[in-house]
Amino acid sequence: MSENHRQTYKEEAAELLTELESSLLELEETPDNMEVVGRVFRAMHTIKGSGAMFGFDDIAAFTHEVETVFDLVRNGKLLVSKELVDLTLRARDYIRELLDASDSSLKADPAVGQEIIAGLKRLVPAAASTVAPASPKAPAAGGGDARDTEATYRIRFKPSPELFVTGTNPLPLLNELRDLGKCHVIAHTDTIPMLGEIDPEVCFTFWDIILTTNKGVNAIRDVFIFVEDSAELKIDLIDESWGAGAASEYKRLGDILIERGDVRPEDIERVLGKQKRLGELLVDEGVAAQSLISSALAEQRHVKEVREKRQTVESAASVRVPSERLDSLVNLVGELVTVQARLSQTSARRNDAELVSIAEEVERLTSELRDKTMGIRMLQIGTSFSKFKRLVRDLSKELGKEIELTTSGAETELDKTVIDKLNDPLVHLIRNCIDHGIELPEEREGAGKPRAGNVHLSAMHSGAHVLIDIADDGRGLDAGAIRAKGIEKGLIAPDATLSEKELFSLILAPGFSTAKTVTNVSGRGVGMDVVKRTLDELRGAIEISSWKGQGSTISLKLPLTLAIIEGLLVRIRDDFFVLPLSAVEECVELTARDSGMAQGRNIANVRGQIVPYIRLREQFTIDGTAPEIEQIVIVRVDGNRVGFVVDSVIGEHQTVIKNLGRAFRQVEGISGATILGDGTVALILDTAHLVNAATMQEKELI
Amino acid sequence: MAKIIMTVDDSASIRQMVSFTLKGAGYDVIEAVDGKDALAKVDGAGINMVITDLNMPNLDGIGLIRQLRANPSMKFVPIIMLTTESQDSRKQEGKAAGATGWIVKPFKPDQLLAVVKKVLG
Repeated sequence: MSENHRQTYKEEAAELLTELESSLLELEETPDNMEVVGRVFRAMHTIKGSGAMFGFDDIAAFTHEVETVFDLVRNGKLLVSKELVDLTLRARDYIRELLDASDSSLKADPAVGQEIIAGLKRLVPAAASTVAPASPKAPAAGGGDARDTEATYRIRFKPSPELFVTGTNPLPLLNELRDLGKCHVIAHTDTIPMLGEIDPEVCFTFWDIILTTNKGVNAIRDVFIFVEDSAELKIDLIDESWGAGAASEYKRLGDILIERGDVRPEDIERVLGKQKRLGELLVDEGVAAQSLISSALAEQRHVKEVREKRQTVESAASVRVPSERLDSLVNLVGELVTVQARLSQTSARRNDAELVSIAEEVERLTSELRDKTMGIRMLQIGTSFSKFKRLVRDLSKELGKEIELTTSGAETELDKTVIDKLNDPLVHLIRNCIDHGIELPEEREGAGKPRAGNVHLSAMHSGAHVLIDIADDGRGLDAGAIRAKGIEKGLIAPDATLSEKELFSLILAPGFSTAKTVTNVSGRGVGMDVVKRTLDELRGAIEISSWKGQGSTISLKLPLTLAIIEGLLVRIRDDFFVLPLSAVEECVELTARDSGMAQGRNIANVRGQIVPYIRLREQFTIDGTAPEIEQIVIVRVDGNRVGFVVDSVIGEHQTVIKNLGRAFRQVEGISGATILGDGTVALILDTAHLVNAATMQEKELI
Repeated sequence: MAKIIMTVDDSASIRQMVSFTLKGAGYDVIEAVDGKDALAKVDGAGINMVITDLNMPNLDGIGLIRQLRANPSMKFVPIIMLTTESQDSRKQEGKAAGATGWIVKPFKPDQLLAVVKKVLG
């Protein structure tokens, strides 16, 4: 309860106490004025009721005692005496004290309160004191005995015809039952008269409800708590979760009806002689209304379903499958996607309506199958997180540091292949944090930080990507040292002006290490470039941020899956290429005139912004002349916009990634291949690599 | 459109708490300080539910429930009374007057919302 509400209560209670005081004094003058008695009672009643709600339990408890006495006065069982008024005035002062005590260190003396109560009790005649024992009726809301096991209940709810007069709507009650568990509601509407005779203010309907719940019978009673007096309510336990299995055949229709008392056994015996369905027979014979039969049938069906479900849950919660099988399943799905593309293409060419509709059906099923299969391969990253706990523990001990590893987002799901490949980079990054990032305990204390350092691993989803952060609260990266080292290694020119981000990314370059001594943990300069390479392989990105003296964060951005990506299919002469669609920002035209205006430099002007581009035709030395109008596909690579010039853009393509054969592994600029609908091979471009290569060439030219 | 609930209580703190809880759950709330005030505010307000205290000056909860039930526009509107445990007899009286249900004081906001959901759907 907010402090605001408590404050309101206090102000209100103070007012009420003032009113109580004046009423009591008035009462002293006119002891038999019942209106004043009522006022006294009401004031105390409100103090009590609100007090309990806003956490003033002591006030509520004390006032309750005084109120009880005045209830007697109000009912004429006790006369107002001078003593009573005296005591009540003292009680009023005591409540005031309790109220003041709640926001100061002053404590009211409980002995005073007890003395007042004792005095009041003495005034109450013995006979009268037995009235109104507080009936601790549970409030309507709230639990009931929750139990773990499921049970099925049959509930007959037959409200009195005057149900509506108390403003009760039975539908929310039925909905409340539905919230408790699996629920079948059967309405009995047989007694509803013809429209002409109907009285809309009278409830004619009654309900049978079959409910399977684990909340227990009290929860069901709670639902009907407001109507239990004005309705016929019968709750029977008809099936419990134990004792299933053996007797999985549920009671027969006749038995259910007899048990409910809806039909007599003799009637059943008699009609059974005729070989018709029992339900129909009973209706024909007029021994039971159709709705009663339907209701019993529903019960039979409900229990059967619940039992069947229980059995399937017991037998097949999860299945362990070797991961190779999953891999081969994914491969097959990949093949299927390829074949489906062929089918779609062929059917479109044949222009055969029947074939087209089949192809569309196959396309729908294939994409569903693809998503489901990819889903199976998703694993929670948490399994690999837990491995690192041990790593951190061992390493920090070895280095004499105190380090704690915390994780979040362990439930984030990622393709199994990605998780497997991610293991080594993560180990490297965590090692770096521990070795370079976190200081020795003494050094940390000197810097005013807690002795124990913290490494935080977190994972989260972001669109079709997963972001993984490795954050430490160590000393942070030393931009000056990185710069010096970069110049020393010839990675940057001595006068180069680099942003902090660009400087930080130097540590990803091969052979880069600023550690003054090499430990067996890290510092040989082989770590970070391996991390970078693995991430490139995974089509991921890496970003480094750091705050001197406060720590650094390395963020990895990874695609959800490796097997199938959304690609943009483009063409140069007769060759097809695929660009990962997630990186593509836009496509613009490049006319011969445009490129002429740039005076031979590969720079395009896109809405006033300069975008460098790479002519893939030149890059891959493809023969022939470019068309009059070419297309630039603008892709975001490492935070920069770079264009790739192609002959034409064909469109989106579901790209099943195939690895290139061993002989072609070393080809730069290509990360894989895919097979198009007509069987042609399209190469998947490694945009980051192509941009790097072009930058290198450019540098050499200078 | 948000449903409109009227809270009738002479205690400002209870009114405030009820109104705060209900507004937080997306209901519109009309406050009245006693039965008489409530009756004056009922007409044309399109009230979907009433939550009333029983002990109030001028016109108490029971009287309010009786008069509301006599008003054709309020005849079938759910009315919940706030009672304390010692008032079992008053509860019966309230039911006889046409109250839909009750909430026992003290109650928590969750309990209030559960009851509102129960009668209002």
